[in-house]
Parts: sequence; structure tokens; C-alpha cells
Amino acid sequence: MAFYVVQFLTGLASAASLFLVASGLSIIFGVTRIVNFAHGAFYMIGAYIAFTLTERFSGAFGFWGGVVAAALAVALIGVLVEMVLLRRIYHAPELFQLLGTFGLTLMVEDLVVLIWGPDDLVGRRAPGFKGAVDFFGQNIPSYDLFLIVLGPVVLGILWLLFQRTRWGVLVRAATQDRDMVAALGVNQKWLFTSVFAVGVFLAALGGALQIPRDAVHHAMDLRIIVEVFVVVVIGGLGSIVGAFVAAVLVSELNAFGILIFPKISIILVFLVMAVVLIVRPWGLFGKPEAAARKTPGLTVNPWRPLTSNERLASLAALVVAALLPLFAGNYALTVGSEIAIFVIFAVSLHFLMSVGGLASFGHAAYFGLGAYGVAFLAKLAGLPMIVCLLLGPLLGCMGAAVFGFFAVQLSGVYFAMLTLAFAQIVWSIAFQWVSVTGGDNGILGVWPASWAASPSHFYWLALGVAALVTIALRIAVFSPFGYALRATRDSVLRSEAVGIDAKRIQWTAFVIAGTTAGIGGALFAYLKGSVFPDNLGISLSVDALVMVLLGGVETVSGGVIGAIVYKALNIWLVSQTDLSKLVLGGFIVLIVVVFPKGIVGMLEVLAQRRRKSSPPGSSLLAKPIESAE
Amino acid sequence: MSLVPPLLAVEGLTKSYGGIHAVRGVSFSLRSGEILALIGPNGAGKSTCFDMLNGQNKPDSGQVRLLGEETTGKKPREIWRMGVGRTFQITATFATMTVRENVQVALISHGRQLFNFWGSAPDVDRNEAGRLLELVGMSGYADRPCGELAYGDLKRLELAVALANDPKLLLMDEPTAGMAPRERVELMRLTAQIAKEKSIGVLFTEHDMDVVFEHADRIIVLNRGTLIAEGSPAEVRGNPQVQAIYLGEGLLYEGGHREGASA
Repeated sequence: MAFYVVQFLTGLASAASLFLVASGLSIIFGVTRIVNFAHGAFYMIGAYIAFTLTERFSGAFGFWGGVVAAALAVALIGVLVEMVLLRRIYHAPELFQLLGTFGLTLMVEDLVVLIWGPDDLVGRRAPGFKGAVDFFGQNIPSYDLFLIVLGPVVLGILWLLFQRTRWGVLVRAATQDRDMVAALGVNQKWLFTSVFAVGVFLAALGGALQIPRDAVHHAMDLRIIVEVFVVVVIGGLGSIVGAFVAAVLVSELNAFGILIFPKISIILVFLVMAVVLIVRPWGLFGKPEAAARKTPGLTVNPWRPLTSNERLASLAALVVAALLPLFAGNYALTVGSEIAIFVIFAVSLHFLMSVGGLASFGHAAYFGLGAYGVAFLAKLAGLPMIVCLLLGPLLGCMGAAVFGFFAVQLSGVYFAMLTLAFAQIVWSIAFQWVSVTGGDNGILGVWPASWAASPSHFYWLALGVAALVTIALRIAVFSPFGYALRATRDSVLRSEAVGIDAKRIQWTAFVIAGTTAGIGGALFAYLKGSVFPDNLGISLSVDALVMVLLGGVETVSGGVIGAIVYKALNIWLVSQTDLSKLVLGGFIVLIVVVFPKGIVGMLEVLAQRRRKSSPPGSSLLAKPIESAE
Repeated sequence: MSLVPPLLAVEGLTKSYGGIHAVRGVSFSLRSGEILALIGPNGAGKSTCFDMLNGQNKPDSGQVRLLGEETTGKKPREIWRMGVGRTFQITATFATMTVRENVQVALISHGRQLFNFWGSAPDVDRNEAGRLLELVGMSGYADRPCGELAYGDLKRLELAVALANDPKLLLMDEPTAGMAPRERVELMRLTAQIAKEKSIGVLFTEHDMDVVFEHADRIIVLNRGTLIAEGSPAEVRGNPQVQAIYLGEGLLYEGGHREGASA
């Protein structure tokens, strides 16, 4: 019994830190509608800086002063980030801020290694809380007890802050309707900056307070960010009390899951999250959100099919790509195959995101399912490659059919979070069901048949499939189905009023995208000769999002360019420098700030400018003056 | 009882939210080609009534029949398939698509081509879309992105979209809200003309009494959830109950009115 009580208390102690980070994310999202991917990075920097400061300062004040100073320092960094980066992209397409903050996260991951080195750092014990308390023969670290008390205290302070101060009232008002708050003459700029600073402060404090419990290391950001997303979603976006309850719930699930259901301990949290999202999409303590006001004056160019010249140019590019084996070596061809596969992956997500307006945060699930499908068929059933390639993606298709059915009932960020939960469930299964999937060791020895074994043959295969998939999806965009899908994206209300079953259309799109991703995954299994849980992990899902956003989410085929640029750059950087994440992250941030429409979007704007500048006096620059008259 | 059922027959429509009776036992009918205005002060239950007709909302009791066929409890898209077009109080259009594409989507749906993955949508019903746009005077805007349109043009586009399934009945929720006075008259004149030509029944709610009295064949008046008057514009105008409860102190005769004067 005592053991369970101690386990429960350990869970509560973990909840404190999780709550701090989650409440910060929740507040930031509530007001700015930014899904701050860098929140985990701020948490991590908080821990690193606190480590340094507590080592440098001495005595009790040294520790506590160091922790608070670290959180304040990171909050300052947050202010800088908000003013320099985020302010420029509040009006960029939805989720573009996610790309920007993801770029930051990449940079931070390399920066902390550069500054603090790659080794785990074990921080000081907190003065006054060094020992343990005996509880019926079980030891509880006294620091854990401190954290257990701290959680509700912070909750109380935040509650007072939001209920009793003018700033808190403004924040709550902005969470409900930020346009209205702006219309009432509130300086939105500084409200956003201060909210961001407070959110980042909480994240950094959460990180700093972890140092007596956990070693500080350079991958702690990704681990926490996933858990924090889960907490915020279960608790309800924008709800502080919800974040607290959910943090406790998640921490206890983690603490007891490992005891009671050791086989499915990882899956448990995501199952709960999925169930909450399905039953109560706005979370336990959140309120159903009124649809956000659409930004008036959308500047999207109407999409049109390629002109015959553009078709010829695309064909020429394909022919050039197909000639690569004539002058490139085996390494370059393998890289080429990988890029082609990621083109498939990216265009599949692009179809769902750009055409359907459904941004999946867990698209790797279907890529990975395709890969595992191939591995099962090839290794367990011993089927020939061509059969595996045809049937393997069906696993992705089935996964998309089941998960997609639930996911399309939601929209926006809730859709994103549910797809993330599903992907994590699939990942947990692959990771923990060792007897079937091999767990972390994966399934090895998935080699292509002799006709596709040579790098050039495999390259042609991957390139051909990528071209076919891209063309097929492009045709679908301009098919009646594509129009219907865009219609549901633009206005569900109007779609239903002209007889369109929006959910069914979106579900179909989800299945198409999932199956296509599965095709990419199937090829990927053969390219690597193996499959691992990473093939359906969250970082692969994020890669797909980045590729789509980089190419341009408002374009028809931005995914192709995004995949080529991102993947090529990524592979090249890894081979050239140890700081590849820093450079890549910097590049992404630069793209976000300078070309908020993505690469293809930028090219379109340039092309349009050139077209428009031929008659004099109609250049874009002259426009403001004309309209001022 | 006549053998041919009326286009729209509403019987004993009732809806309450908690203790508030939003709509109580409302009954009326509408013939083909007839333009019927549903008026009433703010909070009278117009929108609730309207939403129950188009499937956005389910009545507690009562029935709605379209040409004798029950529509109560059906989803908006199913009611649309039965031949009911509608426009919204705040326009709902496909903002990133062109004006023509907006109409084409409705035509694609009407032609049951929604799950056609290979056809070339820009060519589907192109002429028909052009014809509908011409009907509402929007031909010149066909290739403009919908997000760029002025509000009055959006309203006209909505009318074209609503006509795409060759409707028997048009439901228009405050069709002229947010428009300039001249645009209002033009839009309703156009609607009336199309309704007469194609023998479409039109039910609309409206706050602008000039529009109502000029274009409605018949008017029904709601107050606090119940139907208090029904008749020709002249009859309703002269109804003392309507004047007292809804229109206030006869401002109407001076050509103006005050919104939500009572209730």
C-alpha cells in the first residue's frame, strides 16, 4: 500500500513541472493562437541556464536565486523572439508560426550542445530538500514534497493574476475574442509580448525546477513538448485549471501505467487524450470555441491547372531527374531515392493540408504503417517485392480509414492534436509490441528484389512512383472531388447548404492522403532495408509539416519543392557540419520571416509581379498610393 | 382540402430553450411562385423558425412538409437535395475559389459528381455556371477570387449558388442585411423576377420594411414566438396589433422604422 502511495506522490511531483510548462503553452495559445513548438526548447534552456547559475552561485539563495534568475533570463529571450520573429508572422497563414518555432527549436538543440556540451549534466540538490522522508519504509525525496506543494501554489498565483489584475482581465478577454480587445483600444502588441513572456517564464521555471530531479540533456525538449501538448489538450486549451488537472492525470497515468499495464504504458496517455478529444474535443475544462473570424481579404491566387508550357517544363525537370544515374554515383542515387520518397510523403500531407485544410500532426503514422505493412508481408509472409509494394500501403490506408473517421469530426488545432495522439498510439504499439514489431530493434532485412536492387534501378522506381503520385494528386485537386474538398475547407456551412457531406469528403481525403503516405513508407522500407518505430515517430510527422509549409501551404504543389529543398538541405548539412540543426533551423526561420508564403508561394508572387509590371503604373509598389486617392 | 399539397406547409412548429419558448405553434404555408416575408422584432423567433426549416435546428414538435414530404429532422444537405436553396444572413461562400468555381461546386454537387476524382472540374457545367452568373448579373466577375468581392456582390453570388439545384423553394435569411439601400432594392427585384419566371417559392426574413412591403406577396408576423398576423402587405400594414406590438408608433408611414422597438 505504502508503495502505491509513494508512487502516487511521485506522480504528483512530476505533475508540478508539467503543469508549469503546460499552463505557459496554454496561455500563449489562448491569446495569440500560436502553437508554440519552441515551448519545449524554452523549458530546456531554462534547465541549462539554471544548471549554470546554481553551480556558479552558492548557498541557499544561490540555488533558488539561480532558478528564478534562469526563468527570468529565458523570459527575456522569449520577449526577444516574440518581437523579432513572431510579430512578423502573426498574419502569416495558419500554422506558419509552428514552422517558425520549430526552426527555433532546431537551432536551440544545437546551441545547447555547443554551449554546454553533449553530455548529461547532473544538477545540484536543492538546499533544504536534500534528504528523503520515510513513509512506512518507503523513501520520498523531500524535494518531491516541495514540488507537490508548489504546483497548487503556482495555480493559485496564476488564478489571482487572471482574476484580480487588469492584465489578467485583458488576457482572458483576448482569449475569447482578440479582435474585440484590439477594437477596444488595447495595445495588442504589448499584450501579446507580455503573454508570451509569462508563458515562456513558466516553461523555463518548469525546466529549472527539474534539475534536482533529472539530468539536463539536449533532447529533453522533444520529450516534454509532446507531453505538454497532451496535457493542454486534455485540460482544454486556454484553461489553467484544466492544465493543472490534466498534468496530474497524465503524470499519474505515467506513474501507475508502468506498474499496472507495463505492456501498454506509453500508449495509455495517448489513448486517454484520444478519448477526451473524441468525446469532448474542447478538453475537460475548456469551452467549445466559436469559430475564429476569418481574416478578411484573403489574398490567395485562385488555383489553376498548369498551362501547357508549365507542363512541358515539369516534364523536362522530370526527364533531367531521370538522367541522374548517368552521371551520379551510388551515394547520390540513394539520396535521390530518399528525396523522391519524401516527395511522396510531403505531397500526401500537402493534399490533406492545403486542399482539405486539415493539418495533420501525425501524418508519419500512415507512412510508417506502409513501411511496417511491407516489412510484415516481406518477412512474415515472404511475398515478392512487387506484391508487398502494392499491398503494404493498404495498412496505411486502413489506419487512415479508422483514425481519419474520428479525426475529421474535429477541425483546426483539435484535429491536429487528435492526429498526433493517433500517431503516438501507433508509435507506442510499434515500440512496445516487441514480439510482432521487434520493438526498438525494428524489423531488419527488408531488401528489394534483384530487379530493383541496384541504386539506379531503385532510384528510377522511386522517381517514377513519386511522379505518378504527384500527377495523380494534382489531377485530384482539379477534379470535382478536389473542388468539393476545397469547398469544405473554405466553408463547411455553405458546403452543407449545397448538399455536400463535408465529413465524408474530408474522410475520403484523409484516406487518400494516408494511403499515399503509405506508398512512400513502403518504398522507404525497401530503401533502408529495415523498419523502425522512428518511421512513424513524431519527428517524421514534423518533417512532413515543415516540408509542406516550406514549399507553401497555399500553393497547389508546394509539397514537391518543400520536400526536395528540405530533404536535400538536411542530408547535405548533416554531411557537411556538426551543426546541421542550427543551420537548418536558421534557414527555416529566415524563410518564415522573409518568405511567409513558402518557396513556391514566393515564386508565384514574383511571377505575378513580373506579369503585372508590364503595363506601366500597375506595379505593386504603386498600389497604396492609388488606393489612397 | 386541395389535392395538390402546398409547396411548403408548416404546422405547429415549436421550440424552446430551457424555459424560454422561442417558437410556439407556428403554422403557415407557401405556394410556388409566392414571395412570403417573415417579419418580427429582434428576438421574435424568426431565426429559430428559419433554422428549423432549413435543418440547422430540430423542432421540439410540429412538422415541416415540402410538397407533402416531411423535412423535419432532416440535415441541411438532405433538405437541399429536396430542392431548397438558401442564402445566409452573413454570406457563406468559398473564399479562396473564384466566383465561377463557387457556382460550379453547387452544380457538381447537384449533378452528384462529388466523388469524381479524375474529371476536369474547371470544365464541369461551365456553361451552366456562366448562365447562372449572368442571371444574377455577375458574369463580369466569373474569374475573380470570391474573397475579393464587395458584400453586395457576395449576396448576388449566394443567390446564384442557391439557384444551382433548380430549387422549388428559396430560403433567404435577411437577404439584404449589410447592403446599401440601392443594392437592396436591386437584389430583391432580381429575386422576385427570378421567382416569378421559374415559379419558385421564396421565404425571406427581413428588417428593412421598404424591402418587405415592396416585394412580398404576403407577410407573416412573429412576436415572442407566436404568429400574430398574416396577410397581404396592405393588411399587415393596417393591422393595429402589428402596429402596436411590432412597428411602434406608426413611423412606418413616414418611411422609417426602428429596429427592435418592442419585445
